[in-house]
Amino acid sequence: MPAKYAIHTKPAAPRVRPVGKLGIVDWREDCSSCHNCVKRGCIYGLYRDEADTLRDEIGYLDYIYQCKGCLSCVQNCTKNILTRVVNPEYRRLGDSYYTPDTILSTWFQAESGRIPVSGSGYGGPFSGPGFDSMWTDMSEIVRPTRDGIHGREYISTSVDIGRKLLHLTPVDGRLTVAPPPLTEVPFPVIFEVVPDRWRRGHVTAAVAAGAAEIGTLAIVPESEITADAAATRHIVPLLASGPSAAAGSRFSSPLVMVEDSPDVMALQASLKKTRPEQIVAIRVQATPAAAGRVVELVDAGAEVLHLVFDTHGLEATSAEAESAPRRHVRDVLRDVHGALVRHGTRDAVTLVASGGIALAEHVAKAIICGADLVAIDIPLLLAMECRLCGECARDEVCPIALEEMDEDFGIRRIVNLMGTWHQQLIEVLGAMGIREVRRLRGETGRSMFFEDLERETFGRLFGKRKNPGPQVT
Amino acid sequence: MSLSTTQSTLPSGGEFQDDFLDRPGLADVAREVRPAPPRYRNEIGKYSIRRASNCASCGRCVEVCPYGVHVRPEGYRHVMRPFDYRCIGPDCAKTEHYCIEACPRQALSLDENPVFETLGDYRWTPDLLVGTWAMAETGRPAGPHLESEVGASGGGFDRLRFRFPESPVAGEIAQKGTVPFSALRREDISTRLLLNRRDDSREKIAIDVPWYGGGMSFGSTNIRALLGKARVAKAFNTFTCTGEGGYPERFVPYKDHVITQVATGLFGVREETIQRARIVEFKYAQGAKPGLGGHLLGDKNTPSVAAMRETVMGVSLFSPFPFHSVYSVEDHKKHLDWIAHVNPSALLSAKVSTPVDVDMVAVGVYYAGGHIVHLDGSYGGTGAAPNIAKKNIAMPIEYAIGRVHQFLEAEGIRDQVTVIASGGVRSPWDLAKAIALGADGCVIGTAELVALGCIRCGACESGRGCARGIATTDDELLELVSVEWCTQRLVNMYSAWRGMLVDILYRLGLDSVTALRGRTDLLYHLDYEDPK
Repeated sequence: MPAKYAIHTKPAAPRVRPVGKLGIVDWREDCSSCHNCVKRGCIYGLYRDEADTLRDEIGYLDYIYQCKGCLSCVQNCTKNILTRVVNPEYRRLGDSYYTPDTILSTWFQAESGRIPVSGSGYGGPFSGPGFDSMWTDMSEIVRPTRDGIHGREYISTSVDIGRKLLHLTPVDGRLTVAPPPLTEVPFPVIFEVVPDRWRRGHVTAAVAAGAAEIGTLAIVPESEITADAAATRHIVPLLASGPSAAAGSRFSSPLVMVEDSPDVMALQASLKKTRPEQIVAIRVQATPAAAGRVVELVDAGAEVLHLVFDTHGLEATSAEAESAPRRHVRDVLRDVHGALVRHGTRDAVTLVASGGIALAEHVAKAIICGADLVAIDIPLLLAMECRLCGECARDEVCPIALEEMDEDFGIRRIVNLMGTWHQQLIEVLGAMGIREVRRLRGETGRSMFFEDLERETFGRLFGKRKNPGPQVT
Repeated sequence: MSLSTTQSTLPSGGEFQDDFLDRPGLADVAREVRPAPPRYRNEIGKYSIRRASNCASCGRCVEVCPYGVHVRPEGYRHVMRPFDYRCIGPDCAKTEHYCIEACPRQALSLDENPVFETLGDYRWTPDLLVGTWAMAETGRPAGPHLESEVGASGGGFDRLRFRFPESPVAGEIAQKGTVPFSALRREDISTRLLLNRRDDSREKIAIDVPWYGGGMSFGSTNIRALLGKARVAKAFNTFTCTGEGGYPERFVPYKDHVITQVATGLFGVREETIQRARIVEFKYAQGAKPGLGGHLLGDKNTPSVAAMRETVMGVSLFSPFPFHSVYSVEDHKKHLDWIAHVNPSALLSAKVSTPVDVDMVAVGVYYAGGHIVHLDGSYGGTGAAPNIAKKNIAMPIEYAIGRVHQFLEAEGIRDQVTVIASGGVRSPWDLAKAIALGADGCVIGTAELVALGCIRCGACESGRGCARGIATTDDELLELVSVEWCTQRLVNMYSAWRGMLVDILYRLGLDSVTALRGRTDLLYHLDYEDPK
């Protein structure tokens, strides 16, 4: 049997005490010193180990991070002086998109290398904005390869990057055109440029090395690539604006990236002239005009187009309609993918999407909406314990001293996170009855969208919806 | 008030022995509401009442409070620590029994309980959890201080409302084939549900309430809780289900009310367990993890669980998906034929999840000879599932019910198959809405566990399991509940549910729950303009 792709995870304890969600506090004075303290009865042993935890100051899975909130101690206390509280620090984590739950889940995965599993049903909102307003489908009985957790090694997560011929035209038994260069990544996730304010210490190096370890690619600004790094195939240089035709040739990567510009196709041609085997990816800002621009670039011969969204997965506003609501990556991808399909050129180009990919489920959903693969940044920083507190943006001290992080630690945490994302992608692919992620692209028949379900069910009964989206109280 | 004055009315654990089969009459369960106080010293409510040290134990608070917050046992001088979880809060100030003002020493104070706001989630709000606990204790609906009709998920059941006629006599709604209110009496309203609608020779099973208990496996859940489920099923002439962990011998006294589940792991599936069941259920998929098999992590696979499942102790058990004998609707028919021949009188049920073509799946179940199509929506409960599956795979049940109902009607077979919905049915309100959308009845699971004290912390899946003794196989934690206590809590909850359902039907002017099925005209949705 040929070797199967796997990401090997290994627990990586946090460097700093993580922010936990729940804690137990004494909310009244009145302890009767009954010597039968319920804290001793914690079935998770959190209080029993508390002394050890405090002595070591930083413990693996420390107690506030691990309190399951079972309330046994609160409800059994002789004097009813204990209460459970939600840690106010937890409430302040992240923002409306990278919610505290998302951050804690990411930390757990980066620490343990395990996918989050729990009992009870889903407790979140019925639906929500963006990716939360779609569900992946599953097949009730028809399944190509699936047997519990077994057989999953037959599900492929590899994707190709590059331009593809729409058809072959043999003349006298020979191909008239040489196939364009293609490269393959074993997992449809590459690493986006680390945003400016996080580029300190070993962060960029850890991201690049993490990409190398799992066999994917990391996009790095050309100016930050050392000679040694330039020799590795896992670093994709983002060329500075106005590069010379030879700019890409010093890099070993199969892929170079340039920003979109009016003369970008001429630039691509000059880069290809120097190194025909190197694939050129063009970064296109997601805007209301993105679909038109993408179709135009593909017609002109673009190989890879990278649609860039903001960190919440929203497109940029156009000058013509600044006040118009900004679309989420979910909708822009469907628009772009649909335009290419209608134009008959979807299979010619590789579409990458970045921005707003916060969870493993977003990888599958972005691909369903039309991307071939995604690029991520914030989740990698969360894996390295970032709290998205924004202190660095204000030139304040980083509470986790990210600049002091050891590179190996960063690599380990990134690999763990990607390992769990890989496993989760396989979970949903298996449930959908799809045995390779390439076939998931644009496969909206394997998904359900909130607005469609509402229209087809409640719309038939109750008429017109008063508001477009789910109302979460 | 019939509330207990202490928390020792029912034993909370330890007294139940495995030799119970020898006890005469133990399997007989009364449908009688009796107080079943919480098993924790400090039950959680919305409000907190504190009694200061200047209390003179005059007993004024005991006299005024009708909710049982203040209790002085007969023969005692001191008033007990307030049972403040029963308090209805500041609204009580509008009444004449507000203890805070009635206290001559001003020794009482009222605050919001800080734990309350940390309970629950969008689907099971603190109000729904505490309200269900109240029902399980008293057998009555929760007080008006708790929002027990809807959760806060922002969609589905939580945005649907009933259109009750404004006038109890006339009104547009009452004229649509409903019974005139003047002739309708609550005690005459039927909640009976026929499960076999096919014209065949199999038993015409009818249950007294339009719901039954969901499958929870031996291994995932405390056997005492499972027995409580079986006993309440017997008391209310309905059913519970084995789940996929096998058929414990202890279920035998309740066998007429236990569905044998055949799931992909085939754990404990034997001819005798199929032959003793009146209903056999095929679990094709589970709403919480559609497309995935059952998960029982190794820590919960104890010697007794391993023996029942004929597996090796301590090994995690991941059931296959799907049935590898079923890759087409024809295979599915053969599958049902197999059971139909092994047990010539049992009804056949197929539990499926809610894919985009759920309506076609339902037709397939009927075609294959099924009596019951059990739709399990994507937000259903589980003992263990990957979070990514719970949130993202398949559609919520609110969508699936209507699609299936309408499709079966269009196919002309709606009245020959029973549609049962599950996966997010938290209250009698959800149950009634599901039926109005087109289901015949529902399966409930999480609500039963909440009645037993579940707080939905989600930590049921591994280690020693549930810290509250519900979803566990740990010898010590099993002792946290008793069969009698579980039974009584469920009897109380079922009684409250039935009463609330009858009340909804009464207010709608309907004389039976079957008259509610598919009555979408009685519903409206807060997010729709609603041209009606």
